[in-house]
This record gives sequence, structure tokens and C-alpha cells, in this order.
Amino acid sequence: MEKLLQLLFSGVALGAVYALLALGFVVVFKATQVVNFAHAGLLMVGTYSAARFSAAGQRFAVAVLLGIALTVVLALVIERALVRPVVRRSVVAVAIMTIGVDVVLQTEITRRLGIDILPVGDPWQSSTVEVLGITVPQTRVAALVVAFVVLGGFFAWSRFSDWGVAMRASAEDHRTAELMGVRLGRVSAIVWVIAAVLAVVAGVFLAAFPSPGVSPTTSAAALRAFPAAILGGLDSTGGALVGGLLIGLAETLTQGYQDQLSFLGQGFAAVVPYVVMVAVLLVRPTGLFGTTEATRV
Amino acid sequence: MSEVASRRRAPSGGRAAGLALLAAAVVAPFYLDAFWVQVGVFAFAAMVAALGLNLLVGEAGQLSLAHSFFIAIGAYGYTLFASPPGEPGGQIGWGLPPLVAVALAVATAGLAGLLFSPIAGRVRGIYLGVASLGLVFLGQHVLVNAEPVTGGFNGRDVPPLTVAGFSFDDVPGETLLVLGVPFTRVEKLWYVGLVATVLALLFYRNVRASRAGRSMHAVRDGETAAAVMGVDVVRFKGAAFLVSSMLAGLGGVLLALAFHHIVPETFGVLLAIEYLAMIVIGGVGSPGGTLAGALFVSSLPVVLQRYSDALPFVTESPTGGGITAGVAARFCYGTAIVGLLLVEPGGLAALARRLRSRLAGRPRRPAPAPAPTPVDLGDAVHIRDDVAPVASSP
Repeated sequence: MEKLLQLLFSGVALGAVYALLALGFVVVFKATQVVNFAHAGLLMVGTYSAARFSAAGQRFAVAVLLGIALTVVLALVIERALVRPVVRRSVVAVAIMTIGVDVVLQTEITRRLGIDILPVGDPWQSSTVEVLGITVPQTRVAALVVAFVVLGGFFAWSRFSDWGVAMRASAEDHRTAELMGVRLGRVSAIVWVIAAVLAVVAGVFLAAFPSPGVSPTTSAAALRAFPAAILGGLDSTGGALVGGLLIGLAETLTQGYQDQLSFLGQGFAAVVPYVVMVAVLLVRPTGLFGTTEATRV
Repeated sequence: MSEVASRRRAPSGGRAAGLALLAAAVVAPFYLDAFWVQVGVFAFAAMVAALGLNLLVGEAGQLSLAHSFFIAIGAYGYTLFASPPGEPGGQIGWGLPPLVAVALAVATAGLAGLLFSPIAGRVRGIYLGVASLGLVFLGQHVLVNAEPVTGGFNGRDVPPLTVAGFSFDDVPGETLLVLGVPFTRVEKLWYVGLVATVLALLFYRNVRASRAGRSMHAVRDGETAAAVMGVDVVRFKGAAFLVSSMLAGLGGVLLALAFHHIVPETFGVLLAIEYLAMIVIGGVGSPGGTLAGALFVSSLPVVLQRYSDALPFVTESPTGGGITAGVAARFCYGTAIVGLLLVEPGGLAALARRLRSRLAGRPRRPAPAPAPTPVDLGDAVHIRDDVAPVASSP
């Protein structure tokens, strides 16, 4: 029973991190219809540089902020220099272009890492804490708290601030939004900034305990944002949250009970997110909360 | 209408160039270094499989990131069917004649594609792309765990191809001389690859020109419109996956023969992305461009490796301070994708078209045709009134 509770807690915490990642992916798609395959690449850049800054003696919070700043600048450059010239011609071309961007970013980070595993230098390390009678790693608690603060902040921002309204308006109907005076270029820049921030925050927690640090494996974990986003529905911010939690829970539970699930083979936990995603897509082809298609003939 | 116009027979200049290339490919092993022949063998394998992916993405408009999965099925299928039973490693082998094994492996890959079609039939655009990514991870899991069949993490040896007693492999104590040139394994495999590539190309062109190909185009250009015209959308999506994964399977067999020993790691996400890069660089929907893209992406790492000492920044070992050839190759094709799409979203094929019309001194068409939209990611979730596929009937 205690094991189940522990796993559930870890699953929700991991899921919240996935939700952050998936949300970054979803906002870019929702506001600009661009499928951003470079999301994992941005995460790697941000997490790697945060870890480097903290290894160079910066305080953890400062290091993370510096990592975020660097990634935001990179995201803006990508958006301005690469995405914007092509997006009017074809959003598909942009999607495939982001694959190219991702290849370059990931190759560079993997090359810099080599065989090293770079700890992120968080203050919690591997210490644990008692929550409601179960022992859990402090990093998981921190992940949960930070994720929900950031997610809450995002939803409040998109609901109440002018920029948030502009973003939602252009997601709803970009042509009308443009006619109403919403500056689509600015919206596009904003969503890329949001995606970068969310990716780095998520990346830091993906690389923190129980993971040993930033390594090429981190990007495999980052890839799981795709099933999370797809599962919830690519154009649903709430769906990203639900999808992230589901994927996190499924992965953690499979890992926790792998002795009982040994007939599925070693390391099935890495596959479970995709299995869950495909199962959901079979029933709901546009995800749990995605806009279902209505075609006029 | 432009669809019909663009399907005219290739201009005779193009055909002559194609035949010249073919002739060059036939005589090349007599003149080339073993290294380049080896590069060619891998390139042929990539070309066959990339043609399959282009059939799916370019002709039928279905985004797939699962191509490496189907390639793996071809590779491991052939190995399983052709291996003699009772190998030292304790792996299963059916001991079938190699040609039968090739046919079975291709059929198995096709079947896998068909089995995926319930998902492909329901799920669209980017959802399909990510769903197919799931197949790659599932495939990796099976490859590592199903040790009796795949040899697990360490992989297994690939039995050589033998046709009517002639072995496409080095036979110990026997040197085959053709016109005074010793033919070793790679030279023999070169011709296997060449034949497979020509067959795949003919297959591609015939499928494209057939009724099924036209139906696939209709599905690509608008599912609703296709359905209204009487095209069975789900069936043709399935058919597209079937033919595409059969070509992937054939490419997989060639790849396995070229590698001689296959490991699961080869067939991961990176390979799927490489294949997508090949068709994007070549030009989505262009078979000739695909061949060029496949040659570029598949030979880049080995060629950079070979000339690493002549190139600045590139070193042979990871500790040498510079970057390794594999890394440099990935930089190259990553930037090639980005650069090409910035300049010409239609890839090398569109660039060549532009160059030809420039050389001819007159524009081929009054205005450059807009790049075809192979996969409509937007429509999957977003329906805007202004892009309704067919106007409402009066």
C-alpha cells in the first residue's frame, strides 16, 4: 500500500513535469499551428547550460534563470530567423524544419556532454521527506510545487492578461484576431518564449534526482512530451495537463511494478507512454480534449 | 488541372540522363575503390527504403516517423527466415532459401504496415506522425527483448544472399574475376542493390500512375473531397502503408546484407529522422530527388569519416579536440534541411527544376507553382471556413 502511494506521488510529480513540457508544445501549436519538433532540443540546451552555470559556482536558482534566459534568446532567434520566413508559405515545411533544428541542437549538446553526466546542482540532492506518511524524494515535491505554480501562473496569465487574451484570440481564429488588431508576429514570439521557459523548468527536474544528471537520456525523457501532448489533444492546454499526468503515472507505475510485469520484458516503462497514447488515439483520434473535426461538404 | 499537366511523361532529356546514370552505375564497380562501392551499397539500401517513405508521405500525404520500424522488420525478418537452424548463439532460424526469405521479409514488413492501418485510418496529420513514433519505441523494445529471434542487444549475424548456388558473399579460397576485376562481397552486393533500386523506382512510378496512385493523391489533397469522389479513404491509406512498408522491408534486407551483423540500436528514432531528412532534402513527392537525398544523407557520415584528416574541425576520435565525422554529418544534414526549406521548400527536386528553367532561358510555368502540401497538419484539428475542401452544393 505504501509502495502504491509512493508510486502515485512520484507519478503525479513526474506527470506534472511532463505536463509543463507538453504545455509548451501545445501553446506553440495552438497559437501558430506550428508543430515544434525542436522542443526537446530547446530543453537540452537550457538544462545543459543551467547545469554548466551551476557547476561554475552560480547558485542553483541563478543558474536556472541564466539557462532560461539563454534558451529564450535561442527560441526567439529560431522563431524570428527560421520559422517566420517560412510559416506563411507552409506550416508543414516549418514542422520539418524544426526537426532539422532539433538535430543540430541535440547533436551539439550530446557532443558537448560526451560520456559525462552533468548534475544540475539542485539544493535538494537525494534527500527525502515524509509527506502524509510516505517517504518521497524532495526533488519530486519541489517538481510538483514548481510545476503547479508555473501551470497556475500560465493559466491565470492566459485568462486575464492582455497578451494572454491576444494569444487565445489568435488561437481561436487568427484571421479575425489579426483584423481586430492582434499582432500575430508578437503572439508567435510570445508562445516560443513560453515554450522555452517551460522546457527548461521541466528539463531541470527531469535531470534532477532520481536521474543522475543531464545526459543524452534526458532527451529521450523529453521526447515523452509528444505522447503527453497528443494524448491530451494537441490544441488543448488543459489536455496537456491531463496527458502529462497520465503519462507520468503510467510510466512510474509500470516501473514500480516491473517485477510483476516481467513478462513484458525489460524496460517496458519506456514504452508505456506510447502504448497508452496509441490506445487513446484509437478511441479518440484527436486526443482526449482535442477539437474533434467537423467537415463541411 | 496542374496535377494532370505535371504527370506528362518525363522530358526526353531527363530520360537520357537517367539512362546515363544507370549505365554509370553498372560499370562503376569496375573503376571505384572498394570504399566507394561500400558507400554505394548502403546508399542503394537507403534509396529503396526512402522511395517507400516518399510513396507514403509524398504521394499519399501520411506523415510517418515509423519508417525505421518497418526497415527493422525487413532486416530481422530476412535474418530469421534465412538463418540455418541451430546457430551457436541459440537463435532461431528457419533455414529457408535466401530468395524466399527476402520475399517473406518484404511481405512481413508489408503486413506490419497493414496492421498499423486501423490506426492510420483513424488518426491524421501530426497525430499520425507521433503515433507512428510509438511504433519505433515498441519495435526497439521487442528487438532488445526477443532474444531468440533478434539476438537481443548484441544483435545477430545476417546470412549471405545465395541465388541458384551463387553466393553474394566472399567465398573462402575462391576469387571471382570479372573482366580482370576481382569481385568481392561489396561488388556483388552493389549489383543486388542496383537491381533492387531500379525495381523500386519502377514500382514507385507505376504505383503513382495507377488508379491506386491517383486515389492516394486524392486522399492527400483532401480526404473529404476524395470520399465524395468515391475513393475509399481508409482502404487507400492502408494500401499506402502496405506498399511503403514493403519497400522499407526490401531496404531493410539490403541494409542487413550490407551490415553483415545487425543490432537494434541501428533502427531507432534517429534512423526514422534520417529517412525523413532524405525525402525532404530530395523533395517530397519526387522519386529522383529521393534518390539524391538518400545518397546524400546515407553517405555523408562515412565520407566525412574518410576525409576527416583533410577537413578542418573533423577528427577521427572523439578525444581529438575536434568533432567526429558522425557528429559533423548530423550537423550537415540538420543545417541542410533548415537551409533548403528556407530557400526552397520543394527540396533538391524543385531547385533542379528552377535551374533547368533558368538554363532554358524561359520560365517553364507562368508562375512558380506553390510547393505541394504533403501532409496537412493544420486540418487535422483546425477547420476554417475559408479552407472547406468542397463548397456546399447549391
